[in-house]
Parts: sequence; C-alpha cells; structure tokens
Amino acid sequence: MVMLENLSYGDAGFGDELLIGTLLTLELAVVSLVVGILLGLLTAAAKLSNNRFYRLLAQGYTELVRGIPEMLVVLVVFFGASALLQTVAGWFNYDAYIEVNAFVAGVFALGLVFGAFSSEVFRGAFLAVPKGQMEAAVACGMTSWQAFYRIRLPQMWRFAIPGLGNLWMVLLKDTSLISIIALDELLRWSKVAAETTKQPFTFYIAAAIIYLLLTILSDMARVRLENRANRGVMAHD
Amino acid sequence: MTEAAAISISDLHKRFADIEVLKGISLEAHQGDVVSILGSSGSGKSTLLRCINLLETPTSGDISVYGEALKLAKNRHGEMEPLDQKQINRVRSSLAMVFQSFNLWSHMTILENIIEAPVHVLKKPKAEATEHAMELLQKVGITDKADAYPGMLSGGQQQRVAIARALAMEPKAMLFDEPTSALDPELVNEVLQVMRQLADEGRTMIVVTHEMGFAREVSDQVIFLHQGRIEEQGPPRDVFENPSSERFKQFLSSGL
Repeated sequence: MVMLENLSYGDAGFGDELLIGTLLTLELAVVSLVVGILLGLLTAAAKLSNNRFYRLLAQGYTELVRGIPEMLVVLVVFFGASALLQTVAGWFNYDAYIEVNAFVAGVFALGLVFGAFSSEVFRGAFLAVPKGQMEAAVACGMTSWQAFYRIRLPQMWRFAIPGLGNLWMVLLKDTSLISIIALDELLRWSKVAAETTKQPFTFYIAAAIIYLLLTILSDMARVRLENRANRGVMAHD
Repeated sequence: MTEAAAISISDLHKRFADIEVLKGISLEAHQGDVVSILGSSGSGKSTLLRCINLLETPTSGDISVYGEALKLAKNRHGEMEPLDQKQINRVRSSLAMVFQSFNLWSHMTILENIIEAPVHVLKKPKAEATEHAMELLQKVGITDKADAYPGMLSGGQQQRVAIARALAMEPKAMLFDEPTSALDPELVNEVLQVMRQLADEGRTMIVVTHEMGFAREVSDQVIFLHQGRIEEQGPPRDVFENPSSERFKQFLSSGL
C-alpha cells in the first residue's frame, strides 16, 4: 500500500520526519512550559504584591496577552524581536539581516501566553492555601521565603494542577502555530509530507493521532501529579 | 527581682481599622509560670496572645521576651512594623505556638511536621531532629503514626502532634491559643493531660483557654479580659474564690 509506504520509517517514507517533528514539538512545549510557569508565578506574585506599580504591570500584561490571538503573539514576537535586534545592531554599525531563531521566538511567545493564563491559576491557588498553614510556619521562626518555599508552594500545586493541566493541553496544541515561522515541528513536517506525496488526508490524520496520543499521555501524567499533590489530603485506600 | 521576666508586656494597644481590640494591657510572666488568659469571645484574648510573637503587630506598646525588647517602629503609613525581621524570627523560634485549629502542615507526614522547623530554622542535623521527634511523639502518646499524614488523625491526636512540634523547637516559652476549643468533648482531656504534664515540668506557658478546670488547677496566674482590658488578675485561688470584678463573677456563673 502506498499510504503505509509513505508513513514508513526511512528514506522511502515520512515516518522518521514525523518522529523528529514530534520530538521538536515536545521539546518546544516543555521548554515553553518551564518559562511559562516561572512567568506565571512571578506575575501572580506581582498581582498579590502591595506595590501598586507591580500590580498594574501584571494586570496589563495579562489583559494584553489574553486579548490577542495566539498566532498574532507568535508573529509579533518573531518579527518584533527581529526588528528590535536589527535596530540594536544598527547602533553598533552592524546592518546585516538578522533573523531570530524560530525555536527561541516560539518559546518566548508560548511562554508569554502560558504565563498570562497561569498567573490567574497561581493567584487562586496561592489564596486557597489556608492562612493557618503560613501562620504556623512564621510562628516557628521561618523567614517569609522559607514559609513560601517549604509550605505554601508545595500546597499550591494541589489547587493549581487541574488548571495547569488544561493550560498544558492548550500549549501542546499551540506549538503547531510555531510552524508559521518555519520551525520544523510536527505540523510543519506533516505539511511538507502532505505536499510532497499529494496525500494531505493521510498525513494530517497521522498528525492528529500523534497530538491526540500526546494529550492522552499528558492527562495520565496529570492524574499522577494530582495524586501526589493531594497526598495527605484525600482519603487513602 | 534581678532576673528579667520571661514575657513582659506594657501598655499594649491593638486597633483593627476603627475598632480598638486591646486598650492598654500590661502583664508579666516569669520563668516557669503558667498564665491562663480567660475571657468571652471578642474580649481580645487571642489577639493579645498573637501580639506576643507578632502574628499581629500591636498599634502601640512594648513587648519584651526574656529581657529583649522587640524592635518595632512606625512605617510611613503610621502602622507599626518590625524593624529587625531577623530578631523577630529568632524570638519566634524561641516561643512555640499551638493553635486552635492545629495547623499541622497537611502535605507533610507527622514526622516531617515535627522535624521541619528544627532542621530548617534551627539547622539541626536531620538524624538528631528525627531522634528527638520520636521521643516527643512517645511523650505525647502517639507512637505508631510517624509516617501518617495529619488528615488521617483525630483532632486530639493532631493537637498532641502540634504540641510535639512546638516542643521540638526546645522553646523558652509556649503560647497556646485555645488549644482545645476545636475538639470534640471526649478528645479534650487527652490534650489537657499533655498540657498538665508540661506545666509540671516547669515550662513557661501562656494559655488562652475556656477550660476553667485547667486554669484553676494548673495556672500560677489568671487573667480575665473584657472588652480589651484586664478586669481581673491574680493567682487562681484568689480570683476564683474571691473575684473582685462583677463581670468576672458573671462570666464564671455563665461559663460553668
């Protein structure tokens, strides 16, 4: 069958390219997740800060990113960063064309989106940890950083993981947007294969199945993480 | 007296927005004293206790712990603020607190709860802290639950663990904030028993409580608060047998 041959691994088919694309998709998603979580925690902290300037800054960032389609964020980051670098390079009399690495731009754009949405999840989780838990921590002489790191942060996950799980699914699928700035991730390889073989249906279905498998695996991981975060709270059997 | 009082409070005021909860409280507790603070709800007794380790910052007044005055100063909004957070943390680590709602850390096992602060605040070696923790669990009568999580224990057991957690800091004085008020009646005694034992060992304890029996039999000093002021104060024999305040008489007759 031609269809299976096209999907085969090796020179004859596009199986190995799809695998490479899938790995890059995963890499992009995981790195963006780490950046996004750090950004989300920082933004949540700013939203809960006593400093009005920090609060406004965090609010502005969240509103801005949430109000713009993800694809536009990707384009603005990619071309914006290129233009910015070009300008800065110009100051130093360097005027060759500079293009930002698509992977870095992708991580930045997806991290920015994840950070904006997850900051609300983290803010809610932060407030959901009972007050007495932190009082017990500071009452025995912990510094505020120790109390945050040892007591509040581990307990926040219990409230944050369900929301973060959803955002991760969205992030995983949004990696396909990075194909528009020519990063060779799963969707872009599928497109290349579809156009080369003239079998779009086969390759787009193959890509769909791979995304679906990834989200199913993610969901299983989320359940495990949730159980871990809920240790000591849920009834054990 | 040459030795400084364990805890000394003078002219303490605390205001929340426009409500003055504490209206000038002064008291002294000496090394080895058990001081019971009584009062109906809203009398300010918990706020007073929470001011001692600065879980609440007083609006004005002075607090000294073993002769060391807590350094506070007004910030630009006119609220009191610790001047030296390191000092506050150090003093807090010498004043263990037991809460009404236990406040055991729910993501840690019983053993982890007890060694957490000794290891991370006092920087004790983990093995030493663990050994001490096991002795303390023995002492409060919880022997086979070291690896359980707080949520799996009864209220009385949780509060005894919380007392063990407090003892693990080898505190100079202990603060109890209504330690039996959240417990089912049949569980109150197991906690009071542990507290009596601590009092017998000569520990310095400030106890906010509704347990009249405990206050009468165990304390060296009883303080009755009413609307933010001390209405009655003295050794239990005097205040219970011969109360001078009309309000304390009412409180005693309604409370028992």
